[in-house]
Amino acid sequence: MSSVASPAPTPASPTARSEARAARSERLRLLLRTPTVVIGTLIIGFWVFCALFPGIVCPYNPIFDNQLPTSISPSLDFPFGTDTNGRDVFSRVLAGSRNILLIAPAATLLGTVLGTILGLITGYFRGIVDDVTSRLVDAVLALPLIVTAILIVTAVGSSSRSVVVLIIGLIFTPVVSRTVRAAVLAETELDYVQAARLRGERAPYIMFSEILPNVLPLVVVEFTVRLGYAIFAVASLTFIGFGVQPPSPDWAAQINQYYTFIDPYWWMTLFPAIAIASLVVSVNLVADGIREVYER
Amino acid sequence: MSTVATDLALDVSDLELVYRVRGIDRPVLRGVSFSIERGRSYGLVGESGCGKSTAALGIVRYLPRNGRISAGGVSVAGRDVLALGARELREFHARTVSMVYQNPGSALNPGIRVGAQVAEAFTVLGTARKEATERAREALGRVQIADPGSVMGRYPHQLSGGMQQRVVIAMALAKDPELLILDEPTTGLDATVEAEVLDLVANLQAELHTAVLFISHNLGVISKMCDRVGVLYAGRLVEEGPVETVLQDPRHPYTVGLLRCIPRGGVRKDQGRLDTIPGFLPSLGASIPGCVFAGRCALADDRCHTEEPSLTEARAGHAARCFHQERARGLPRQEAAELDLAPIDRSETPLVRFDDLGKVFQQHGADIHALVGVSAAIWKGETLGLVGESGSGKTTLARTLLGIVGPSSGIVELEGRTLAPRFQKRGREDLRALQIVFQNPDSALNRRHAVGRILMRAMSKLAGVRGAEAERRVVELVDRVRLSERTLTQKPVQLSGGLKQRVAIARAFAGDPKLVVCDEPTSALDVSVQAAILNLLVELQAERGVSYLFISHDLGVVRYISDRIAVLYLGRLMELGPADVVFEGPHHPYTEALLSAVPTVDGGGRDRIRLEGDVPSAAEPPTGCVFHTRCPRRLGSICDETEPPLVEVEENHLMRCHIPLDELRTLLAAGPPPVSAAATAS
Repeated sequence: MSSVASPAPTPASPTARSEARAARSERLRLLLRTPTVVIGTLIIGFWVFCALFPGIVCPYNPIFDNQLPTSISPSLDFPFGTDTNGRDVFSRVLAGSRNILLIAPAATLLGTVLGTILGLITGYFRGIVDDVTSRLVDAVLALPLIVTAILIVTAVGSSSRSVVVLIIGLIFTPVVSRTVRAAVLAETELDYVQAARLRGERAPYIMFSEILPNVLPLVVVEFTVRLGYAIFAVASLTFIGFGVQPPSPDWAAQINQYYTFIDPYWWMTLFPAIAIASLVVSVNLVADGIREVYER
Repeated sequence: MSTVATDLALDVSDLELVYRVRGIDRPVLRGVSFSIERGRSYGLVGESGCGKSTAALGIVRYLPRNGRISAGGVSVAGRDVLALGARELREFHARTVSMVYQNPGSALNPGIRVGAQVAEAFTVLGTARKEATERAREALGRVQIADPGSVMGRYPHQLSGGMQQRVVIAMALAKDPELLILDEPTTGLDATVEAEVLDLVANLQAELHTAVLFISHNLGVISKMCDRVGVLYAGRLVEEGPVETVLQDPRHPYTVGLLRCIPRGGVRKDQGRLDTIPGFLPSLGASIPGCVFAGRCALADDRCHTEEPSLTEARAGHAARCFHQERARGLPRQEAAELDLAPIDRSETPLVRFDDLGKVFQQHGADIHALVGVSAAIWKGETLGLVGESGSGKTTLARTLLGIVGPSSGIVELEGRTLAPRFQKRGREDLRALQIVFQNPDSALNRRHAVGRILMRAMSKLAGVRGAEAERRVVELVDRVRLSERTLTQKPVQLSGGLKQRVAIARAFAGDPKLVVCDEPTSALDVSVQAAILNLLVELQAERGVSYLFISHDLGVVRYISDRIAVLYLGRLMELGPADVVFEGPHHPYTEALLSAVPTVDGGGRDRIRLEGDVPSAAEPPTGCVFHTRCPRRLGSICDETEPPLVEVEENHLMRCHIPLDELRTLLAAGPPPVSAAATAS
């Protein structure tokens, strides 16, 4: 290589080219080999299917009253029993995921997007902007999520789905921004950011084209972790009467409706509660798996 | 240190070690055998990825979970290490072997005071707590820490890197180990500190008769520290023998190549190109039927590719794994085309001029004087080398030139025009004129962007061209830095360190810069790659007349590439002159100390001067000459009280010293000054 006319060095061994692709498929393989991730994915998939095609999975109509005898305890005919309005609890549980599965991901997505933008801005600019926002974030984080949500919903006076999405999304924003900010702070220390500045790049380009791709894995992890919380938050809000109007089947609404009759009608409350738990747990299982694989 | 001892402290025989990656066992060490007698030291050298550190980890059975010793034997002081059970292994780690790693900062617990950490090294051996504290104090004294009492009360971050490494060595020696393994123990340290630490290790070893396994990529360090050396390549020991004969009369082409890559003997860029080792290390665990080095060897014939040479003795105790041992030293050099480096015309306006540059940082309410009255100029096509210990202001000077920090006083001129202090206020012409190549290409290149995208963006921002024209010029540029076009679609992670650095260089050259700051551009690279990168930088300079501000702690590299050299100490210019003059002397006492700290492959040569203590704090610089506190040639009170001016002692040679040039010349000829009282006391 010491002569001007010497041939170019081979840029990489033939195997190196496929290395990045191999790393990606390696991650996927690791995910699929983790039993908890597989179980979580299957359960989530099942609930998504139920939400999409309630007509196929429900043995009885989950909405109309008085089709069936009322308040029958679980049996072969009605595995989860029937409720006081004469509806099949099994069918209502199967059909009751729709609301949560619409609101929670939408709210999480909103919170993640806004939080990432805020995190990029505060982490990149630092200074006054960062100081002020960070203190505000601290303040928001100090408040219990559900109480804040109730206060806002009550103040706004409307409890449509989009309002719930907006509120949960806004509450998540500072939480996500704090995580992203920490990663952005570490990235801005790297020389490629300095190199970009020294060729006259503007801040938005550096934030979104240079830094964002490098913090994206973290954002994905953050999204999955937040999703678990969001499901819980949506269920809590619905339980106290926001978001869904009866008689639409909804797990939290069902619990709210029947928990006072838990003795002796335990099945009307227990099965929707198990359903909520199954979804929250599965999302967390998947989130843990993703986090582990990305943070290796 | 040569007491007669026949028993072996370490005996490694036919060690085979594999890493399991994606379900396949990949050999990392291929039948490595060597041994160390008691009280002796053995060096392992080789480029990164050849298995040096893995060998050390295998010997103490401290491998990552996917690592496994598949064959061979290791015994330390007569005990079979591979047969130890979990409990015995722990005992073995606690009492028999010690390891010292490269980064002392991460080897010490940041939350525990130094004294408690050193004492713990004794309490794990069963010493009572009170006695352990006393022993810790002794141990710190033994590693020449001047005031053990106060050091014990401090936290690791309050100590300098050299002090931290001494503390780690003190802990390693607490158990009086049979075997001490040092893995690149001085790589992160300044040359002056490195010299001190190496002296210390050599003295302690002579005193304690500990066997030392010394791992380093630096042949100079190995040459200074070791009795025997083994050269590793792709997990195979390709050559082994006494340090003197291996380095002076190498018998394996790889060793020959490694030695030739190092800029030495005062060669400069206009006198010759550096040799490189073409090609790449075989990928991890590749199966190689013949000689491991055949793919990169200019002497290789058909037999080398199909048949594995055995380790054959060239002379007693010196063996190499090569069919062509006799011809190894005659390894053909690559044809080097003559480079046409234009003479530098210093009668013109300089390209860049620093005028009385000062920079003060505020830290914890104190003023840190990072630069004090620095004036210098760089002409077109010239390389100004910048040397000095860490904290001397090298990086601050480069950052001020680039406008990353604004100077507190003074100005920077580009072609006679005063530049805006911060880069944000500079126009595109000024930005493209001044670019930088960073030390670490991993950090300098966005790991999510393909090389093509990185270069296209630089082209559009710096050269202001887009579309087909930009593409054409990117292809040209890639070709210019000797990368193949295929690289454009690859991401940095798919490239080796040297190739990444080429991409970083290409990016800096996208806008046809007038001056490129090179901030330790080769210190993260192996020597063979370093040589290729230096050659490339010189080629680009010959072709485009670009100037460099070249920062490096490797004085051999600085001498090779620089036309003039500036020596900084505590933010002040101590000496500035043509490279040969600064190196050959008469030079400033500080320059003299820096030069004598560097261990060379040729061994000895220079009389050694050691600097005592650490660099003083820039918040409270010493009065008078800032160097007087450590100066081996201090005259007397004049040095403590009056700061000498920077004067032109001969043509183009500036120096800041009270000693007249002629006297320096006599002093230098007379050899090193008598060791001062402070040094003997320790």
